[in-house]
Amino acid sequence: MLYSEKVMDHFQRPRNLGKMEDADGVGEVGNAKCGDIMKMYIKVKDGVLIDVKFNTFGCGSAIAASSMATEMIKGKPLKDALALTNKAVVEALDGLPAHKIHCSVLAEEAVKAAILDYCQRNRLPLDPALSEPAGGTSCCHTGSCEAE
Amino acid sequence: MARIYADNAATTKMSEAAKNTLLRCLEEGWANPSSLHTPGQIAAERLQQARQTIAACLNARPEEILFTSGGSEADNQALISLAAAGAKKEHRHIVSSRFEHHAVLHTLDRLKKQGFEVTLLDVHQDGVVRPEELKAALRPDTAFVTIMAANNEIGTLQPLEELGAVCRERGVPFHTDAVQAAGHIPLDVAAQHIDALSLSAHKFRGPKGVGALYMRRGLPLLPLIEGGAQERGKRAGTENVPAIAAMAAALEESCTHQGENARRVSALRDRLARELSRIPHSVVNGGGSARLPGIVNLCFEGIEGESLLLLLDAKGIAASSGSACTSGSLDPSHVLLALGLPHEVAHGSLRLSLNEDNTEAEVDAILAAVPPVVAYLRDISPVWEALEKGERPYVIQ
Repeated sequence: MLYSEKVMDHFQRPRNLGKMEDADGVGEVGNAKCGDIMKMYIKVKDGVLIDVKFNTFGCGSAIAASSMATEMIKGKPLKDALALTNKAVVEALDGLPAHKIHCSVLAEEAVKAAILDYCQRNRLPLDPALSEPAGGTSCCHTGSCEAE
Repeated sequence: MARIYADNAATTKMSEAAKNTLLRCLEEGWANPSSLHTPGQIAAERLQQARQTIAACLNARPEEILFTSGGSEADNQALISLAAAGAKKEHRHIVSSRFEHHAVLHTLDRLKKQGFEVTLLDVHQDGVVRPEELKAALRPDTAFVTIMAANNEIGTLQPLEELGAVCRERGVPFHTDAVQAAGHIPLDVAAQHIDALSLSAHKFRGPKGVGALYMRRGLPLLPLIEGGAQERGKRAGTENVPAIAAMAAALEESCTHQGENARRVSALRDRLARELSRIPHSVVNGGGSARLPGIVNLCFEGIEGESLLLLLDAKGIAASSGSACTSGSLDPSHVLLALGLPHEVAHGSLRLSLNEDNTEAEVDAILAAVPPVVAYLRDISPVWEALEKGERPYVIQ
C-alpha cells in the first residue's frame, strides 16, 4: 500500500472536518497550482485552542495530515500548538511517502497561519515561532512557483 | 465487495484466448527457438506464426515485425534507429507532438542532448494534431516524424492517414506510437502510410512485458540490446515465445472483433461522458473529438484527483487520474496541460477506461458513485469555496 493504515483512517474519516463561521483565527496555506490548499480555523479561549476545524483541497495525504494536525493541537495551549512540527505529524501518521512530506509541512504551516491570524486580530505580541520557517518547503514548485 | 475495473488504459486483464495460448505454448513451445533440434524448431514455428499473425493485423510483412519487451522499448528503438539514419544524412530535426507518451518524449530529450532539434506540434484544446501544421513544420533536414495514433490519457485519435500522407509526400519516415490504439481501432500501415509503429500486448488483453515494433522494409533498425542473432540481430535475447504467442492471439482476437467491441464499448463510454459531464463545472477532455472506444477523461473543478481515486477505490471502482499526486511528479499530466488546462484544473482529472468486459450495470454503479464523491470533495475544498463565493473565477463554466 502507498499509505499507512493511519493515513487511510484519517483520509477516510477525517477528524474536525468542516468550516467554522465564528473562528477566532483562520489560516490558509498552499497553492491550487501545486494541488494542495489547507484552510485551518481555530477557536481560542484563555490561550487554549478549544476548537479546530479544517478544509482541504488536495491528495489523500494532504487531507490526512490536516486531520491529524487538528487532532494534535485541539485542546492545547497556543504555545504547544506553535511547537507542532511537520515531523511530529508524519510520525503520528506512521510515515508518509517521500514525495508526500510536503503535505505535513503544509499542515504545520496552516496551524501557524491560523494562530498568526488570531494574534494579529487581537493585537497580541507575535511568538517568535511564527516567523520561523516550517521544516521544509510546502510549495511543490520550489524556486519557480509564483504564489497566487 | 464487487470490484469494477475501469482502468483498462493502464493495463488489461488477459483474455481467455491469450491465457490458453500462453499455457499451451509453455507446454509445447517452451524450447529455445534458436536451437536446431525439434523442440527448438517447434518454438521457432510458434514464433513465426505469431509474427505472421501480428503482421496480418497491421497489413505488414512478417519480416517487418520485431518483438520487444513492450511499447516503451519499441518506441525507444524506433526513435533511436530513425534518428541514427537521419544523422547519417545530416538530418537532425524531429517533429512530434506535445502530448506523446514519455517513452517518446524522454527519448526525444535524449536525442536533443545529442544535437537533434525537436519541434513539438500543438494538440489544441481538442487534443488533435493538425496535418497542415505538420506540413508547415517539416524541413529539408527533418529526420523523421513521430505522432501517437491515439492519446493514452484522453483517447483522442490522431488523423494517421493524413499525417502519414504528409510525411510520405516529403519522403520523411513516419513513426506512430500505437500502444493505446492497437486492437481498439483499425490500423493499416499501408493505407495510413506508416513507416514504423509500436505496440504493447497488455493494452489489448495480452500479457505484460511483451510488445512489437513494425519497421517498414528498407528502414534501418539499430539494436538497443546486443548479444545474439535473435530477431535478425536487431534485438538480442532469447525470445519469450509463450508471451509472444499470447500477444498474437490477443491481437488477432481484438482485431477480429474490433468493430463490434468498439460499438458496444463506445456506447458505454458515451453514457459515462454524457452523465458525468452533467456535474456542474466539469468537462470531458477531448470530448468533441473522435476518441478510442474505451476512454473517457473528465476534469472536475475544485477537487484533486488522487483523493477522488482513493474514495472511488474504497467503493470498489478502479480508475486513474492525471493529478500530480498520482503521476508521482510535481506537475499534473502533461497531456492535460497541453490541452491548455491550468494546473489547478488538471489536478482534478479522472480517467475511466473500459473494455468489452465492462457492463451496463458497472456503468450504472460508476454513475451512482462518482457524483457524491465529487460533491463531498468539493464540500471540503477551500478552492471550491472560493469559486462559489466568486473569489476565484471558474475555469470550466
